[in-house]
Amino acid sequence: MAKIVGMLTTSHVPAIGGAIAKNLQQDAYWKPFFDGFLPVRKWLDEVKPDVAVVLYNDHGLNFFLDKMPTFSVGAAREYHNADEGWGIPTLAPTRGDIDLSWHLINNLVERDFDITTCQEMLVDHAFTIPLKLFWPQSPCPIPAVPVCINTVQFPLPSAKRCYALGEAVGDAIRNWDTDKKVVVIGTGGLSHQLDGERAGFINKDFDLKFMDSMIDDPKWATQFSIHELVEKTGTQGVELIMWLAARAAVKGKVRKVHSNYHIPISNTASGLMALEALE
Amino acid sequence: MTTAKLPPIPGTTPFDGEQAKKGYALNKMCFSFNSAECRAEFLRDEEAYMKKYSLNEEQAAGIRARDVLGLIRAGGNAYYLAKFAGILGLNMQDIGALQTGMTVEQFKAKLAAYA
Repeated sequence: MAKIVGMLTTSHVPAIGGAIAKNLQQDAYWKPFFDGFLPVRKWLDEVKPDVAVVLYNDHGLNFFLDKMPTFSVGAAREYHNADEGWGIPTLAPTRGDIDLSWHLINNLVERDFDITTCQEMLVDHAFTIPLKLFWPQSPCPIPAVPVCINTVQFPLPSAKRCYALGEAVGDAIRNWDTDKKVVVIGTGGLSHQLDGERAGFINKDFDLKFMDSMIDDPKWATQFSIHELVEKTGTQGVELIMWLAARAAVKGKVRKVHSNYHIPISNTASGLMALEALE
Repeated sequence: MTTAKLPPIPGTTPFDGEQAKKGYALNKMCFSFNSAECRAEFLRDEEAYMKKYSLNEEQAAGIRARDVLGLIRAGGNAYYLAKFAGILGLNMQDIGALQTGMTVEQFKAKLAAYA
């Protein structure tokens, strides 16, 4: 059966794509952010996952308001990035893993998650940039399966529901009949708000407490409603539900490989965690 | 429970069903800005492009005035509006400054102060 080697979570701000394109990794503004990835890449070189499952949220590239699925799973042989309208470079396509996609789809529906399946799916910066940060090579050296959670249009699925989705994703991976090693990635957050008079809101205390909880109290943030999470972390900070889902997939005890927290990247409190599965 | 019944969060408009209904035309126009051809068409004739997407007067006024808060009141969603901001060459700190009545430098300082 497949094995989950661990979990990676990171923020996914579009401006990071611009900084990579301009080689600004050692620039004073960007260095504290990019340096955080070095120990994580070292760990990835050691554990060598064969495939990634990426929990992320689309920002109006693949989905518009005409059809807005709460949870969707990619089932394509290849995932293309495209022009997102805000001037960041389009990254190379990422290979999919059709076998894992349909295994996830079948298992999730069996567990009562009424997901949308996507045999064509454009992936935006929330999928491409984290892969680029973890594997700077182009194209990404391992295949990946996208799982998208709606954070565009309320009502959003609750933190508790996203955690349950993550548990079901994890169980499905663990009963996938293969000897492959899988890494689960959650992208988004941490606290930030782009819109309204409260734009620029950041909540460092909450973010640090949340990052701590990921290690040995992973359900901690599921006590909050989406409304409470927006109040505490900002309208886009609520993307932390991807982190919850990714952590839930790992299940049980973890070892912290590395974490980094830096304010600000663009308007965002950026967070990074790599947790190794111990069970 | 609908978001309308929840305690309001100051300076924050959750993009719920009410907003989604109100802002559909505006957001659909902004979604089209994923395409370089559509961005160019908008820049050639903004009025004609807004008409093509049937923006209402409040939305059209918000676009003409580059009034982000007005566009949010008119049902605009942050992610689609960001594509409009991209056309204007504005980044998220510029947009943040516009919405909070600060200069861009003040807005950046506000962000940095959280560190």
